[in-house]
Amino acid sequence: MPNSDPHLARETDAVRLFREPEGGAGVAIRATLKRDLLLLMRRRSEVLNPLVFFALVITLFPIGISPDPELLATIAPGLLWVAALLAALLSLDSLFRSDFEDGSLEQLLLSPQPLPALALAKVAVHWLLTGLPLALMAPVLGIMLALPAGSYAVLALSLALGSASLSLIGAIGAALTVGLSRGGVLLSLLVLPLYIPVLIFGAGAVQAAIFGEGVAAHLAILGALLAVALILAPWAIAASLRISING
Amino acid sequence: MWAFIHKLGSPKWFYGISARLSPWFWAAAALLIVVGSVWGLAFAPADYQQGNSFRIIYVHVPAAFLAQSIFVSMAIAGFVFMVWKIKVADMAAAMMAPLGAAMTFVALFSGAVWGVPTWGTWWMWDARLTSMLILLFLYFGVIALRGAFASRDSASRAASVLAMVGVINIPIIKYSVDWWYTLHQPATFSVTSRPAMPLEMWAPLLIMVLGFYCFFIAVTLMRTRSEILRRESNKRWVRELAGEVN
Repeated sequence: MPNSDPHLARETDAVRLFREPEGGAGVAIRATLKRDLLLLMRRRSEVLNPLVFFALVITLFPIGISPDPELLATIAPGLLWVAALLAALLSLDSLFRSDFEDGSLEQLLLSPQPLPALALAKVAVHWLLTGLPLALMAPVLGIMLALPAGSYAVLALSLALGSASLSLIGAIGAALTVGLSRGGVLLSLLVLPLYIPVLIFGAGAVQAAIFGEGVAAHLAILGALLAVALILAPWAIAASLRISING
Repeated sequence: MWAFIHKLGSPKWFYGISARLSPWFWAAAALLIVVGSVWGLAFAPADYQQGNSFRIIYVHVPAAFLAQSIFVSMAIAGFVFMVWKIKVADMAAAMMAPLGAAMTFVALFSGAVWGVPTWGTWWMWDARLTSMLILLFLYFGVIALRGAFASRDSASRAASVLAMVGVINIPIIKYSVDWWYTLHQPATFSVTSRPAMPLEMWAPLLIMVLGFYCFFIAVTLMRTRSEILRRESNKRWVRELAGEVN
């Protein structure tokens, strides 16, 4: 009779608690995705603020430079890309901040699942609720900046592709600075130089679309940057999170 | 091999060996830089297009070489520190960063000064100037991150990770800036299309580059030695050195 002893029964319960859940890392990744999505949907302002910031910055340029549509049209690709990049940067600081403050980041580190995969799940949620909405919103702001016709789809596509790289690279900086009380400005100092290649090819794709050149090369390089970031960034994020938690 | 690495990891051993090595590097640096600058500034022939203004190359190019090499060395030192936990590597990396930033600034500044006679302006969004500027920001990021942590161990590891991330990105940034520049190239005279340099011009340049590298090694050894003394000031061997313990 193996289960007759109550002590033994309790021990098997305890052992079950510490055992890996059925399904392994896949379950953990799905749970992280679900949890982060739910949390962000409940704090809508965190999702909306970067979008409002994006629209506001774009509003500043015609006021600061000139309302002349011809002039605006020539600088619109760069303006839209820079403003979207800054909006994505603004949202990075909160990527790990609340998890760090309430201790759930420590639990994530303690879990028996691979930390790079869990970090990748968190970054995916960040992109889904920041980068993707920015990319979808950019064509509307493009109309307001008199962006020439024919480049709207490329603008949205390049931003969707590029902002995924931005989220991945930015998460390294966010993970490095999450333990610091005033990490915000430092975060932009660390991350912005690394954003430059994405900006070059993202804005370049829109320029090429306006001039009627092929955009495939630009988009392919954006995709290549994303592929490299997808492979390397999760490890750097995981290492940075461990540094921030232990220190 | 492993015994050597373990020895290298000991700050005391490094302190001893670097004391014997650094005079040689100082001497080599002084000799090479004096010979190179006198030869380059006074005896090398003037450029047929740029006249004497091209002589700024003897400062500009070695500084630009060092600016990039120091970042790579910093990342390698960071990697060594992260993998083998060799503290001396981290001390060296911390000491290299300000020198690298200074060299990047020297390269940028001499490039700007050189721009006045050749391009007629202090600043051009030239591909190489732009990637140097980005490199300067990368240095600032590493230095600022190291300064932001209260705990030294976290600061060291964070700076190592950032240096490694930066070194992977440097070639990507370099090539994308080149691409960007060729797409937007303004109509100016380019210094890149000059004919190859004659021997009398590039020999002093080579000597200057070697001199700058020796200078870098000598400065890093010296600064790492003082950092060892600062961090290990509670250790017995340092206190014996200072005459506090007999």
